[in-house]
Parts: sequence; structure tokens; C-alpha cells
Amino acid sequence: MVSPLGGNVDTSWKNILEGKSGASKVSNFQVDDLACQIACQIPRDPSVAGHYSPDDWMEPKEQRKVDEFIVYAVAAADQALSDSGFKAETYEQQIRAGVLIGSGIGGLQGIEEAAHTLADKGPRRISPFFIPGRLINLAGGYVSIRHGLKGPNHAVVTACSTGSHAIGDASRLIAFGDADVMVAGGTESPVCRLSLAGFAACKALSTSYNDTPEKASRPYDADRDGFVMGEGAGVVVLEEYEHAKARGAKIYAEVIGYGLSGDAFHITAPSPEGDGAFRCMSAALARAGISPADVDYINAHGTSTMADTIELGAVERLVGDAAGKIAMSSTKSCIGHLLGAAGAVEAIFSVLAIRDGIAPPTINLDTPSVETKIDLVPHKAKKMNIDVALSNSFGFGGTNASLVFRKVAD
Amino acid sequence: MSDIADRVKKIVIEHLGVDAEKVTDNASFIDDLGADSLDTVELVMAFEEEFGVEIPDDAAETILTVGDAVKFLEKNAG
Repeated sequence: MVSPLGGNVDTSWKNILEGKSGASKVSNFQVDDLACQIACQIPRDPSVAGHYSPDDWMEPKEQRKVDEFIVYAVAAADQALSDSGFKAETYEQQIRAGVLIGSGIGGLQGIEEAAHTLADKGPRRISPFFIPGRLINLAGGYVSIRHGLKGPNHAVVTACSTGSHAIGDASRLIAFGDADVMVAGGTESPVCRLSLAGFAACKALSTSYNDTPEKASRPYDADRDGFVMGEGAGVVVLEEYEHAKARGAKIYAEVIGYGLSGDAFHITAPSPEGDGAFRCMSAALARAGISPADVDYINAHGTSTMADTIELGAVERLVGDAAGKIAMSSTKSCIGHLLGAAGAVEAIFSVLAIRDGIAPPTINLDTPSVETKIDLVPHKAKKMNIDVALSNSFGFGGTNASLVFRKVAD
Repeated sequence: MSDIADRVKKIVIEHLGVDAEKVTDNASFIDDLGADSLDTVELVMAFEEEFGVEIPDDAAETILTVGDAVKFLEKNAG
């Protein structure tokens, strides 16, 4: 994982459990004329413990050819594969191992720069690496080339649901027998002038906290006013259960449910009754063969927008009387909204919540905008036994995905 | 070594990320310096930019080594 709170999963998770915020004023490009001048950016300062250094993962001459979302994905996939201990060494292993990494937008920054080159210098100055360095599926392409993964090679583009869809679809490729191992996740490098301007025009971004960025991402809070954009990548190694057991792999959790739905309502707004969210969570639980009361922890989509209450309403409707025993938090309060990477990093946080028996906090939740029996885990992480965790992602276009993870008995 | 050769060499080192001593006159971009076909397209673009010349596609196809590039540019760069 590469996140605004660290260049690896351990640092990111530790910082989240401590309730840190990854948000700050953007200083690497001009923001004074933008409505939103803040973002959750990856720590690159070498003096910061657990910082991210792109040169650790890709040679500088290769980095020049691609947008950063590809470098983040390569870094996250290298980390995940190394942690899993899986290596595709024989041809048989290679053809049974695939990649499914998505991105919400892909190389927006490179497209912005190339458009300027085209206008200023003409078509003969467009680099031959412009196209292959911006295509969304090239994140997975690079990962497959690097690790010799010759199985299914696929990519998802479903806005802010991308990471969840990627992990869900990859788990189905394994369940259907198309692969034994899938390297899956999402990646996004959206922090540039064009996207800050574009998302602000959609009225999706926080604009009142430019001077106090660490307070800006505040899901469920009465004073929230939009999301804070984040960057990074989350990648997991999914493996067929018996295949993992046979090689003695460290199994973090099992993917037991995956649900998908569409709102068919509006291009950016969720359906007001949370119908799409409700159906997608229901489908995931039905696939898992468990009841809503079996869920211990929910990692919410919770973007710090008006949509938070719609998701909360859908969850309340889903869990009914079990609301009092469920904890639901939004780690976006700490790392912001990683768009196409959000579902993947949040799936990882959900799995770590199971492993460590702790629900990460929703920071900045000072005054909840609605009353609920569900514990929104304000400010401080909460120790609790978590056997089952559900992770939600909802995207522009009315595209919804829910994943359900369960602790694996030793 | 001419000024043009120095500038060509510098571009090749930067773009292909190779050690200076490998960038000899006879070094082939693809066979000796690890370039692929897209790298060579980008190299030609970098030469055009540096020397303010246009290198037509049929000429670009004949530029296979560092020496080829130097020779072409010595002849065509103003």
C-alpha cells in the first residue's frame, strides 16, 4: 500500500489507528485560484518515517514514461507479493496467476501536460509513451511484466468503486477457476490542478477548510462540506483457499461476499433513499450466506459529503435491531478519498481490523449530523472482536460495490 | 569530439539511463543500450527538440547508432 499516511501498509495502518490526518495544503503546484486548495498527499519527505520513495520501486528513466498512478501500483503490488511469499516461478504458476488493478481516472496529470504540449509545440512533440503511460490497465500491465504473471489481465474503471470491484471481480475469477492467484486492487494519482478544478465544479470537494486541512475530512459530522482528495494505491494478493493453505501462506482473511448494484438515478448524486447501497450490501451478505447481525465492523464509503447520511440510512435499514452491536467508521477521515484506490486500501484496512481486533476511528466527528445506534467510532480507535467486516464503495454514475471479509480460523 | 556529439551523447544518457562509457559511436540504441522501438522514437524527438531540426520518418529509420545520429545532425543541424 501507498497512502497519504505512509509508503507502506504498516505505517499507514499505525497512523490511522493513532487518528492522524494525511491532509495538508497543496504546495507543489499553484492552488491560490482554486476553491479547494488541500489534499491528502503521499509523504515523500525522507525525514518522515515510512515515507514513500518512488525510486525504490521503479527506475527514474521508467518513471518518466508513466503517470504516478502506475508507479504507486507497482510499489503496492511489489509490497503485497513480497508479503505473500508467492512467486510465479514455473510456467504453470505464471499462467495461473493474474492481475486486476483498476483506477478511477488514470493519468489525468499526464493528459493535462500533453494537451499543453500539443497546443504549444504541435503533434510531433507528443511522446510515444504518452498513451501507454496514461492507460488505466497499464498499471496491471507493468505489474504483470515485472512479476511474470501471465494469467487473466484485467482492469476495472468504476470511479470511486474501482478498488472494491477489482478485488471482488478478481475473487470471482479465482472462484470460477480462471486463476489460482490474483494480484488485485486500485490506484490513483489525481492530485493536480485539472482534477481539483473538475471535482470542485461538481461541488464534491471541501472548500471551507483550506486553512485547517486536517479538519476538512469529517464524515458524518454536521460541519462537513465535501471530500478531501487523496492519492495512493492498495493491492492485495488473493489466492484460492486450498492453494494458499497448501503452500503455508499467511492468510489474513477470506473474501466471503461481494455484491454489486447500480443506482440508475443520477450521474453524481446517490439515490436519496440509499436504494443502490442497500441492494449491494444485501447482495454481498446473501453471497456470503450470513445475516446482517453477523457483521461486526463496516468500513463505510463515508466521503464527508451529504451522501454520508444516505449510506448510514441504508446500513440502518439493512442491520435493523443489530445496529447497537455494529461499529462503522470512515478511514477517509484520515487519508481522504483515494477515488479508484479507495475501495482497495479500505479493503486492506477492513482485513487489518479483523486481524488486530480493532475498529479504526472516524476522526473529526465532533457533532454527528444524525442520531444513530451504530457506533461511528469517533476520534479514537476501538478494540473489539471482529470476525466479519464489510467494506462499501459507491461511485459516480451510480455504481456500488460491497465486499465481506471473514476471519480465518487458525 | 564535436559539440554535436557531446550533446547527442548527453541526450542518450538521460533518456536511456545508461552509463556514459557505453555510449560510443558504434553503440546501437536497441542492441547495446537497451532501448525499445518506443524509446528510439522518443530519442529522435529529443534530437529534434535539442537541435531545432525536423527528422523525417525515413531518415529516423536510418538512425540506429549513436554515430548515425551524430552524422545526421552534423549534416542537417544549423
